[in-house]
Amino acid sequence: MSATLQTAETRTMTGAEIVLQALKDNGVEVIFGYPGGAVLPLYDALFQQNAIRHILVRHEQAAVHAAEGYARSTGKVGVVLVTSGPGATNAVTGLVDALMDSIPVICLTGQVPTHLIGNDAFQEADTTGITRPATKHNYLVKDIKKLAGTVHEAFYVAKSGRPGPVVIDLPKDILIGKGPYSEAPQAPHRSYRPQTEPDMASIQAAVRLLKGAKRPIVYAGGGVINAGPEAARLLGEFVHMTRMPCTNTLMGLGAFPSEDPQFLGMLGMHGTYEANLAMHGCDVMLNIGARFDDRVTGRLNAFSPNSKKIHADIDPSSINKNVKVDVAIVGDAGAVLKALIECWQADEQPQEKAAITEWWRAIDGWRGTGCLQYRQEGSIIKPQHAVKRLYEITREMGRETFITTEVGQHQMWAAQYFGFQKPNRWMTSGGLGTMGYGLPAAMGVQIAHPDALVIDIAGEASILMNIQEMGTLAQYRLPVKVFILNNEYMGMVRQWQELLHGSRYSESYSEALPDFVRLAEAFHARGMRVTEASQLDDAIREMIAHPGPVIADIAVAKDENCFPMIPSGAAHNEMILAPGQEGGVTGVTDEGKVLV
Amino acid sequence: MPDPLETTLRNATIAVLVENEAGILARVVGLFSGRGYNIESLTVAPVDADRRLSRITIVTSGTDMVIEQIKAQLDRLVPVHKVSDLTLEGPHLARELALIKVVGKGEARMEALRLADAFRARVVDATIESFVFEMTGAGEKLDAFIALMRPIGLAEVSRTGVVAIARGPGGFEA
Ligand SMILES: Cc1ncc(C[n+]2csc(CCOP(=O)(O)OP(=O)(O)O)c2C)c(N)n1
Ligand SMILES: [Mg+2]
Repeated sequence: MSATLQTAETRTMTGAEIVLQALKDNGVEVIFGYPGGAVLPLYDALFQQNAIRHILVRHEQAAVHAAEGYARSTGKVGVVLVTSGPGATNAVTGLVDALMDSIPVICLTGQVPTHLIGNDAFQEADTTGITRPATKHNYLVKDIKKLAGTVHEAFYVAKSGRPGPVVIDLPKDILIGKGPYSEAPQAPHRSYRPQTEPDMASIQAAVRLLKGAKRPIVYAGGGVINAGPEAARLLGEFVHMTRMPCTNTLMGLGAFPSEDPQFLGMLGMHGTYEANLAMHGCDVMLNIGARFDDRVTGRLNAFSPNSKKIHADIDPSSINKNVKVDVAIVGDAGAVLKALIECWQADEQPQEKAAITEWWRAIDGWRGTGCLQYRQEGSIIKPQHAVKRLYEITREMGRETFITTEVGQHQMWAAQYFGFQKPNRWMTSGGLGTMGYGLPAAMGVQIAHPDALVIDIAGEASILMNIQEMGTLAQYRLPVKVFILNNEYMGMVRQWQELLHGSRYSESYSEALPDFVRLAEAFHARGMRVTEASQLDDAIREMIAHPGPVIADIAVAKDENCFPMIPSGAAHNEMILAPGQEGGVTGVTDEGKVLV
Repeated sequence: MPDPLETTLRNATIAVLVENEAGILARVVGLFSGRGYNIESLTVAPVDADRRLSRITIVTSGTDMVIEQIKAQLDRLVPVHKVSDLTLEGPHLARELALIKVVGKGEARMEALRLADAFRARVVDATIESFVFEMTGAGEKLDAFIALMRPIGLAEVSRTGVVAIARGPGGFEA
């Protein structure tokens, strides 16, 4: 027998072993999952090895969010394992969440054996059919000879180009059967080869526009985070050498340090006055790794009406989708920034220095509005104050801190009042806006960073959507801190009802809330309730000092609104500011009411 | 002021070379329905010797910006090798095949035959009271012939949808 044949033979394994071997070969150390009949062979193989750790969640949706948290805080691919039928359908929200926010996740789903597919067998669901629009790509493996190659390809697809979730549907007979194992191929993919290096002509065109700009702005998004920490460093270098103001999207927070004087804060619906007015008034805009989302642009035909727009994105379909741009650059954000820096230095054209100084004067004027100011008076805790103190106290402590959020007002306050100096420290559900994201995402972050401080800034309504994960925290002794801004309302819904629907608070009151302290205790965690502003700092310190998981239920002002706000259908220069602040407008147009 | 070019609709014939694998058609059709694009016609068949590649021809309409989006969205699908807007990329041929059943007797039957001859439709099946004509050509030519057959005794039509190819020596390989 020839040597090659022999190695091929010794590499024959069961399908379940092939899957685990391929995961290992792709650097996977941990997977988040939940068992069931169709994936028992995989659980059996997991039991007999030590290289891959399995984290048992309490709901499959949470497994995907945990994998997202893991991926976003490490830059690695997050891996999920769920059973067929309800296991797979429960995972769908997480998959769409990862799709919208471009997070690399691989989700292995069990499936009924191939000969039963299509027969409405027990716990059968058309998983590839259901998840086709919920994933970047998906596979149904019907031939064990293709299993290893499919898993390798799934990793390539999940993390290259614009990252996203990939489902591999695994019929039970494939997991039990025997077949050959093969390593990841060296050859490039047959059809999927996204462009990462930008085309030099577009870089030069961009630099020419930017050098001549009198009122430039850099608008950076999650693409910079996805491109890795080096891309964020290059963003800093570019912004500093060009003296341009920089704003980040919700997804991009941390790509540029919040404490840098050139940072204007977040832009968009709840962005700062200065960021939005600078976007509105700029003459050249450089968008790196953001997608002109409707939460950012406001009314499209009034969006930054007098600017030339440069858009760099790894996904060509994001360019000219919502906003027509003047210079399109396809490439990885890091590669684009490197090329921009080199081209900027090589280009002899001088910058419009005097005009830029003038531009900063205008920006400083807008900053003077103090759009994020609030007044903490009396004993009722303002939610903004709670977040601000949480930020200040963690910063004083100097501990590595990661923040996740749920969805609602608290999420926006977290984005506005918690500062991020580095990328990968902030995980929030941006595109899908999934309530219930924050707790499982925090779990995934904590698994990846066991010694870090991981805090889920939550709302009392959202937290109940995946509260069962308190059990996972207990099982794995994950010291995640859940910091609830409890306003007893679905605050963001209430805010819209106040502004758009005559203050008719239809079904937005959080009735019959649990006692969060006892709820924490029931899950073997520490529970705290804070009602007085004077207790806040001590409570935050106590929460952080506690070595295990904590739910801190912070009773905050119930009727606080989140400002500034660009109402749906309005332009950047039509912001509503907090009561008492000058420069904004009030009211929502009829066209705005149909928008979400 | 909306740019007039941005609101004018145009037709586009798009050729897409894809891996010939399960689910690929569902991906393409799902993309169109999910994003609200029009499909006027869609044809698909394997085109290489070992049947690993299929070519899809889609006729759609939209503004220039939408058609650019359609191309970019198609190109982003993992099993897609290549996308080309034949309408933009120079002269191309577009053909469609139809099988047209006409039922009738006497003078109507003779009239159908005469018109078929003038339109170069071939008779591929005949009984004493029916014909099936086969006809290839541009869509409008098929439309015209089918309209003429309607008063004569049109019974059934089956059309393939458009297939298209660029003129000249240039190829469209993966
Ligand atoms: C799964 C899901 N369902 C519904 C919504 C719509 N929604 C957005 S914010 C919100 C209220 C959230 O309330 P809470 O968690 O208390 O946060 P708050 O706004 O009060 O800070 C709702 C219902 C959503 N984003 N996600
Ligand atoms: Mg609330």
